Amino acid sequence: MKRAAIVGLTEFPAQKISAGRTMTSLEMAAILAVRALADAGLRLADVDGISIGGISDTDLFQPAMIAEYLGVQARFADVADLGGATPAGMVWRAAAAIEQGYADVVLCLTPGLGWPAEHDMTAKMRRFGTSSYLPGSPQAEFEIPYGHLGQNAPYAMIAQRYAHVYGYDDRALARLVTHQRRNACMTPGAIFETVPVTENDVLSSRMVARPIRMLEIVMPVYGGAAIVLASEEAAKPARNRPVWLVGHGEMVATKSIFVAEDPLDPPIANAARCAFARARLTPTDIDVTQIYDCYSITVMLTLEAAGFCRPGEGMAFLREHDFTWQGDFPTNTNGGQLGYGQTGLAGGMGHVVEAIRQLSGRAGDRQVKRARNAFVTGNGGIMGEQVALIFQGD
Amino acid sequence: MATPRPLIGATGRPYWNALDENRIVHQRCGDCARWIFYPRVVCPGCGGGNLAWHEVSGAATLYTFTVAELAVSPDFTDEVPQLLAIAELDIGIRVPTTLVDIDPDDIRIGMALTPVFDHETFGDVTLLRFRPATSGPE
Repeated sequence: MKRAAIVGLTEFPAQKISAGRTMTSLEMAAILAVRALADAGLRLADVDGISIGGISDTDLFQPAMIAEYLGVQARFADVADLGGATPAGMVWRAAAAIEQGYADVVLCLTPGLGWPAEHDMTAKMRRFGTSSYLPGSPQAEFEIPYGHLGQNAPYAMIAQRYAHVYGYDDRALARLVTHQRRNACMTPGAIFETVPVTENDVLSSRMVARPIRMLEIVMPVYGGAAIVLASEEAAKPARNRPVWLVGHGEMVATKSIFVAEDPLDPPIANAARCAFARARLTPTDIDVTQIYDCYSITVMLTLEAAGFCRPGEGMAFLREHDFTWQGDFPTNTNGGQLGYGQTGLAGGMGHVVEAIRQLSGRAGDRQVKRARNAFVTGNGGIMGEQVALIFQGD
Repeated sequence: MATPRPLIGATGRPYWNALDENRIVHQRCGDCARWIFYPRVVCPGCGGGNLAWHEVSGAATLYTFTVAELAVSPDFTDEVPQLLAIAELDIGIRVPTTLVDIDPDDIRIGMALTPVFDHETFGDVTLLRFRPATSGPE
């Protein structure tokens, strides 16, 4: 079987939403494509696969729109619909297509929010978050009328359940936020590049939904990211050290948290087991992790479920380890979404991009020493659809 | 600001009709005996379509909750702090709801709950909220 490598990447700097935006998401996707290919040392003519996450200029025909715009003939054209796990889902689908010989060079594009289509989307998001208020949606019938919508409250309900079953340590979670912010302060383009925080800053920030406070929640920003995957053969002329996708797992189970059998045992447990089995690695082999971090609690629950510590030991794990780029458990080394900013659907791609940077020795001043294996997660909805990826440097 | 009305479908109609009469009904699978919420046309346990409605007591315990101090959306500004909860009925299923008649600081996971039929919010549709169960006779 063929192998798939990530050979190119690019990322827009995070920008405040209030700064506005002048390009459409289609235009941003095109620029990301060209830049990622330039980074790889490949040409548009080499591309025969396209995977796209979240063009806001159309609801349908997204890959065709991109292929047409760039003049690409795609043998593989894909859209994933996995919320925050979309980019991670795109990456393994693209790698699988390459491994099976359906494509040789695949662009994975997540342009984030664009102009002007985001206005309609933003209005809907402000009212219902990612919940669906359309006829036929169970959320529209049974959740939204009660105020069960969006993300903050559902994640807070997971946190309350955790507190009841295992206990809670808001300072341990605040500490994680400060470590990620220190990583952001080493990352050009991060929205909080010049804004460190203290544990007390986090603990005194506004209570949003008990027990979750404002500084434990990602801030939406403009941005965008892209990567290029290539077969081993197609990767040969590429400029950078290739990074191989050696394991992946996906588990999609629920949209709403009240349906989850046990919210403290999220689907990432199964996804991570699959990824480690495919990679023939264990959590102790991992040198750097990029964990989907819509909330601080998401990181802790993911580390537990993925097997880095046992269920119920997550808070102690947060207290005992150093999550900065120079720490013993480097995590979200570009600041994660809590520190870089949440660039819409591109947020999850930021985790992938940072893992590739670390494994190809391109992380600059925040380079983790001896980074060979990286573990990356994507998380969509209310921890109901999750993807684990394991990358290996060359 | 008015809160969003439930968009009721044909499958869930018996549930909402029962709430209008201060009764709670839920689907149960005739093949695998599983209780089901939200209402469906196939059982998520066995795939069977032999689902029937049964009246239940509504006795519940609090599975989890949050106190939203910032409105979840502009529609709910008047309800802050929102006492959002997931109630676990004694038949085992969980329902999203809100708590009433309780101080936010007194909410405890595991506490016994009793149903409150809210006919006021929408008039023509009844919402199912919960309040703490009282230990003695009322």
